[in-house]
Amino acid sequence: MTAEGQVLTMTHGEPDATALPEEQGVNTALLGMLLFIGSEVMFFAGLFAAYFNARAAAQPAWPPPGLENVVEPNIVVITATIILLLSSVTMQYGLTRIQHDDRRGMNRALLITLVMGVTFLSLQAYDYLDLVSTHGFGINSGVYGTLFFTMTGFHGAHVFGGVVGISIVLLRGAAGQFSAKHHIAVEAVSAYWHFVDVVWIFLFSTLYLLK
Amino acid sequence: MATTTLAPGTLAYPRSRSRIYEWLTTTDHKKIGILYITTSFLFFLIGGLFALLIRSELALPGIQFVDPETYNQLFTIHGTTMIFLFVMPMMTGLANYIVPLQVGAADMAFPRINALSFWMVPLGGLLLFSGYALGGAADAGWTGYAPLSVQGGTGIDLWIMALVLLGMSSVLGAINFIATIFKMRAPGLTLLRMPIMVWNILVTSVLLLFAVPVLTSGLIMLYIDRNYGGGFFDPAAGGNPILWQHVFWFFGHPEVYILILPAFGIVTEILPVFSRKPLFGYKAFVFATASIGALGFSVWAHHMFTTGAVYLPFFSFFTFLIAVPTGIKFFNWLATMWRGQLVLKTPMLYAIGFIALFLIGGLDGAFLAVVPFDFHVQDTYWVVSHLHYVLFAGSVMGIFAGLFYWFPKMTGRMLNEGLGKLQWLLMFVGANLAFFPMHLLGLDGMVRRIVDYEPNPGWTELNFLSTIGAFTIALSILPFLWNVFITLRGPRNAPDDPWDGNTLEWATTSPPPAYNFDSLPKIRSERPLFDLKYGLQPAHAAALPAGGTTHDKPPAPPAGDSDEAHS
Repeated sequence: MTAEGQVLTMTHGEPDATALPEEQGVNTALLGMLLFIGSEVMFFAGLFAAYFNARAAAQPAWPPPGLENVVEPNIVVITATIILLLSSVTMQYGLTRIQHDDRRGMNRALLITLVMGVTFLSLQAYDYLDLVSTHGFGINSGVYGTLFFTMTGFHGAHVFGGVVGISIVLLRGAAGQFSAKHHIAVEAVSAYWHFVDVVWIFLFSTLYLLK
Repeated sequence: MATTTLAPGTLAYPRSRSRIYEWLTTTDHKKIGILYITTSFLFFLIGGLFALLIRSELALPGIQFVDPETYNQLFTIHGTTMIFLFVMPMMTGLANYIVPLQVGAADMAFPRINALSFWMVPLGGLLLFSGYALGGAADAGWTGYAPLSVQGGTGIDLWIMALVLLGMSSVLGAINFIATIFKMRAPGLTLLRMPIMVWNILVTSVLLLFAVPVLTSGLIMLYIDRNYGGGFFDPAAGGNPILWQHVFWFFGHPEVYILILPAFGIVTEILPVFSRKPLFGYKAFVFATASIGALGFSVWAHHMFTTGAVYLPFFSFFTFLIAVPTGIKFFNWLATMWRGQLVLKTPMLYAIGFIALFLIGGLDGAFLAVVPFDFHVQDTYWVVSHLHYVLFAGSVMGIFAGLFYWFPKMTGRMLNEGLGKLQWLLMFVGANLAFFPMHLLGLDGMVRRIVDYEPNPGWTELNFLSTIGAFTIALSILPFLWNVFITLRGPRNAPDDPWDGNTLEWATTSPPPAYNFDSLPKIRSERPLFDLKYGLQPAHAAALPAGGTTHDKPPAPPAGDSDEAHS
């Protein structure tokens, strides 16, 4: 291979991760993302284990006395939840657009997803402020507060990671780097975004509904 | 060979950067492998010096060299260093070098992530040891049990950060290995033709992927408890200190298989080559490895029998169950050597040493699965003895077996056999001298992690013996360092295939060119290179008694091998 040939393959679009003539099964980069999501599942499993461990041993009741009506599925939280769930739909729509070679459609869908993600984070920040200022409920309010803020906080950090990922994919999309054949980064970010969404479904059910 | 002289001409850019810059920025799996191996070996030397300090203090009753606080830091940093900064990165380094070669790939699946994983290791080490400059290193033991670890000083925060960083490095490395093994295999290399080393690295990577994040989540809980007034491990806030043990050992038990399975892989590569026979029971070995991995997730609470918070019969039963796949492996190893033409070169000596000493470690581990016995020896030197028989006499013997076996491939130079055998002898004797007396001390009730002990009858003698053993092990490292030094200064004397090996790494030059292979032999079995040299043998022909009683004439090539190649 000539020097020019190498430079060309290095700068032009999506590098073929395997360098094999034809790819079979899952794409290597997507497999990497799915495995990473697998490890993330175990990270949240550790937090959920801590939650149910504390809850099972709670005396005399759960939530602890005095904190029964603090964590409520109020209008802010429900709005945030609906926005996050819908953002998975727009993300998936963006993926189908690029699969049909519709770059503009994908960019629009990604932008909407990005705005929804940022809105979720803003609503979560508002909810945190509300909990701390009106209820005096913080990370040091016993194990209940520690669990609530650690679990939702780390989920929020993952949403932020997803927002960063979507921003990168959006910039690359705006630069016209994706096509119906080459869009593995969009697929990987989409998989991660769905994962973040699913974690929230479990968190919301556990922390807000199951209490 | 022609390939290596051609290599510089194929560079895309002229070499304007220095050699150091090249090593610092490399994404080549072979260079990263060597970086892993040298870095972790340095940490091995540091951790070893810490061990010598510990054993010097324990040589006689009373406090002679270090005060209790320093001692606590010594055993904490010794354990953490040896596990997270020596054995894990050393295994990752060996696998980094060998796995892409054994699967016939040009590199790992994600070369830049591979470099990132490596550079997190020295950074993690720096964080861990920086405790000494910032008011004292971590002192709660490598297991960091709450509530002690909630109360300690800054060193524990740095310990937490170091372990989170090293954990990320391991998870990224694991993803890389799994993707490499599933997506980069050469044509014809089906899953059940993969070298056993590759199988063991695959299972290890799956364990890392699912166990390490749980430790990370536990470490974050600990950090929140220590710094933000969290209540995870604080009973007064509704928390539970036992939770730490659950989370830690849910990681910690798979972790011990993470430390030993690569050594199984190394030894299982070496035994067939130096017994001049195929591995006995390849498939049984693969399934035994997979079931050890799976069972590893169901036994964490056998570290917690005395807490009273776990269901004893369940965890005791599953712990015993692990003896079955482990026993299968011992059977495979012994049957592979049985009536083989044993070649007692240094790698083989280490492999045999591994089998002998790991057996002791495995047996006294099975004792610990007996609940009443465990109650008796909990937190005594019996546990220390068991741990060191499996991790030192097991993993470290396996590591040296691998280093001697693959050194010619990595450097193009053969290590000196005489010095290698001297080192093996010193290490074998030293390990037994250091760790066997601990069994007796443990049975007698000597507790671990204490700077001093009562001068009870026999204790002083046994401890003194153990200290002599520790220094013998340290002595055994000197011939190795000298061996590596003189070999690297010597000529390139290693042929491409010095041991008459079976697997693909020996099909390229020593050391391999940057792109690894010019061409690959046809892969029709788990021994493609053997097939190339001696012709494809029907399965287990060579496993029958040696001496030519059953196969005087060369076996005819099997008729149906073309459809087998597609399976």
